[in-house]
Amino acid sequence: MPITYYIVLSSILFVLGVIGVVVRRNAIVIFMSLELMFNAANLLFVAFAAYYQIITGQLFVFFVMTVAAAEVAVGLALMVAIFRAKHSIDVDQMSSLKG
Amino acid sequence: MPVIQIVIFAILGLVAVGTAVGMLLSRNAVYAALFLVLNFATIAILYLILGAPFIALAQITVYAGAIMVLFLFVIMLLGVEKLPFKERLRGQRLIAILLGVVFLGEAVLYLVYRGQAGQLPLPDAIQFVSPAELGRVLFSQYMLPFEITSIILLAALVGAIVLTHHDKPTPAAEQI
Amino acid sequence: MDTLFTLVPWVVFAPVLGILINLLVGKRLGEKAVGIIGSLASGAAFIISVILAVALGQHPEGVVHPLAEWMTIGDFSVRWAFQVDTLSTTMMLVVSGVGTLIHIYSIGYMHADTHHHGDPGRFRRFFIYLNLFIAMMMVLVTADSYLMLFVGWEGVGLCSYLLIGFWYEKGEAGLGNARAGRKAFIVNRVGDFGLLLAMFVMFWAFGSLDFATVFAQAGTVAAGALLAITLFMLLAVTGKSAQLPLFVWLPDAMAGPTPVSALIHAATMVTAGVYLVARSQPLFALVPAAQTAVTWVGALTALFAATIAVGQYDIKKVLAYSTISQLGFMVAAVGMGAVVGGMFHLITHAFFKALLFLAAGSVILGLERGHEAALNGQHLRHDHFDPQDMRNMGGLRPRMRITYWVYLIGALALAGIAPLAGFFSKDEILAAASEQSLAVFIILAIAAFFTAFYMGRQLILVFGGKPRTRAAEGAAENSPIITVPLIILAVLAALGGLLNLPGLHWLETWLEHSLEGLSAGHFILWVALLSLAVALLGFWLAWSIYARKPRQKPAEPDPLAAPLGDIYRGMERKWWVDEFYRAVLLRPAAWLANLLAGPVDQGGIDGAVMGTGRLARLAARGLSLLQNGFVRGYALVMLLGVVAILTYLVLR
Repeated sequence: MPITYYIVLSSILFVLGVIGVVVRRNAIVIFMSLELMFNAANLLFVAFAAYYQIITGQLFVFFVMTVAAAEVAVGLALMVAIFRAKHSIDVDQMSSLKG
Repeated sequence: MPVIQIVIFAILGLVAVGTAVGMLLSRNAVYAALFLVLNFATIAILYLILGAPFIALAQITVYAGAIMVLFLFVIMLLGVEKLPFKERLRGQRLIAILLGVVFLGEAVLYLVYRGQAGQLPLPDAIQFVSPAELGRVLFSQYMLPFEITSIILLAALVGAIVLTHHDKPTPAAEQI
Repeated sequence: MDTLFTLVPWVVFAPVLGILINLLVGKRLGEKAVGIIGSLASGAAFIISVILAVALGQHPEGVVHPLAEWMTIGDFSVRWAFQVDTLSTTMMLVVSGVGTLIHIYSIGYMHADTHHHGDPGRFRRFFIYLNLFIAMMMVLVTADSYLMLFVGWEGVGLCSYLLIGFWYEKGEAGLGNARAGRKAFIVNRVGDFGLLLAMFVMFWAFGSLDFATVFAQAGTVAAGALLAITLFMLLAVTGKSAQLPLFVWLPDAMAGPTPVSALIHAATMVTAGVYLVARSQPLFALVPAAQTAVTWVGALTALFAATIAVGQYDIKKVLAYSTISQLGFMVAAVGMGAVVGGMFHLITHAFFKALLFLAAGSVILGLERGHEAALNGQHLRHDHFDPQDMRNMGGLRPRMRITYWVYLIGALALAGIAPLAGFFSKDEILAAASEQSLAVFIILAIAAFFTAFYMGRQLILVFGGKPRTRAAEGAAENSPIITVPLIILAVLAALGGLLNLPGLHWLETWLEHSLEGLSAGHFILWVALLSLAVALLGFWLAWSIYARKPRQKPAEPDPLAAPLGDIYRGMERKWWVDEFYRAVLLRPAAWLANLLAGPVDQGGIDGAVMGTGRLARLAARGLSLLQNGFVRGYALVMLLGVVAILTYLVLR
């Protein structure tokens, strides 16, 4: 099957993730959209690794996953800290840098 | 090109996209998280089809198992707030979707037509990459990134703790 | 003997010292001391000039005494050096000599002025300005390069402005004197522009502005450059020496005090133009076209001004136009190459014109005193009595004897009656003219006729007949401090002819050392007799018109008004030159200035600058709306940017 299909699928998932980041107001859901974007990229990596029959693609996915995990940990901790201050997870409330 | 492969791919693709859309559209954060879990599972299966078993299981274990559970924990912790549906910023949704569509079109165009990836067929029989092989390459050629990743994890650990740390009042202050 | 030349910087610094002393401690020293210090400063300059003249007797080629380096820019270097040669020493003697006499006269004159019109502080200011003038004039005549000459040129222009507008709150509408000063300054500026252009061309052609360098290389430079230089210098001369077309400032300059008119606008500053041409003879000699231009400008001015003088009623205005006319004689002389004649007339003119002005001042003072007496000591501020109007005078001869006699001597000298000074000097000029150009000779002869005519008219109107007003009746002679300088000047005016008697030619031999290629002055008998006859004719005509039927009342029309009709009105109205300039030059210039100040400067340029600021502020305010603080908005914009770049890459 041509690799085009995987490319299209990956792009669709990526764009959905981007839209999710821009449209949703819940900070946690924004984070989840971010994870979706990561996954889309990972999918593409693995697809090409399979095509070229090299292992580097999969290795890269390995690292991406690790770093994503670390990032989620820190990000959620940040969100908890913000919630303690603002008592809301609406990103629209965090607009003090205006003007 | 076996039809069955295309059919399976189509089903999996549809499920993946569907769950992604579902995650976008659900107002309830828990539902969104659960949709995402399903999405991850689907992608894991796709990995399997592409001959990356270790990655597939790592996906399920790390992503679906650990990260999404973490998400759910935080959702529970911070209260599930139902935010109002009305968009405060005018035109945000419309422009976002428009741009998304344009982006999609361009990405596909670029990757498929410019990159001439259009006609690349995947081999019918995809080699399964064994974990042993993965480990061998990981610990020999990619030793440095591996070590750095461990430091990143350490940094994340420390960061997470520091950010959520409560200052306990000292005994002396308590007495006053 | 040579060491005496090192004294030359003091001709400039002695008056400067006078300025400093008067400026710093003058208020405390009192009026008399201020006057004495000023006169002493000028007198010191005179004594040094005499010493230099004596030293030059042994050393006639002259000396250049450097004082300081002024500036060095690349190849161009200018220093402040004093040129002591016979020509500059002659000017120094005239300026400081006449200047000292006028300083002494001014002590009395300004004393009367500050007592009549109030504000004693003016006295000190007057003497400071006078000393400044002497200093600047000395810089001008002792300069060894055109640049230093220009410094002095500008300096005397400044002093002229300061002194014309000395009574700055007086004059018509409270601004008249200030306006006159401004007019003098601006008209002179046009002339100075000419001198600047000449210096630019000179530097471009010669590479230097020193007299020595320029005159030595004069023959090697392109004829066009020399023509440009000399013609621009002519422009400068018409400005400073009040020739056509830039003479209009001199009559207005009579708004200043009479000693100022005598010193600056008769004897010294206005002669700077003549000095410039005399000094630049090596250049002019190479450009016959320029010489012709100079000669004709001088001759025409002489005639033009003389005709205007016939129709004037103000005693000082008559003398002003007479000065312009006599300057025309001098300029014509140096234009024709008769430099000795021109310088001779400069010296004699300094004597008798200063004499006439100072005597006129004496008359004015007497008239003011008579006016005060007639009012029994009441002081009317705006009483419309003009003490300078000749129609208010009359019959002053028995009342102001000394003034009458010196005035008579001055008038006869001016008209050129032998054996007074003016005869010899004017005759030398006429002789040169008769040899060179018959047309110029005729014009100058007619001007000489008019000179005698208007002086005769003035004598009769002022001193003859019966007093026409109570002020004239009450006029009395002035104190010695006023009359003694008058007498000294009268003696000089009478005997001045000795300087260059035909046959003896002392001045000529003296000046030969500084000026090369001098043509010897001739004494032509028929020219001398003709000029004498013309002068006597002028006096006779004046007597027959004005003395036979003397004026009875101030407001009578002039006897010439009826027969000459419009011509007389033209003479009275100075041929409408000022009105012409106002319509053709001033009004368009004022319109242009208003246009540039209003719409162009305030609207356009200010608008552009302010507008840029306003635009920046508006833009900032507009752009600040983008920063609404919503992160999602920012993310959307980032997405937009990414898509834009991708579009560009895809479409490339």
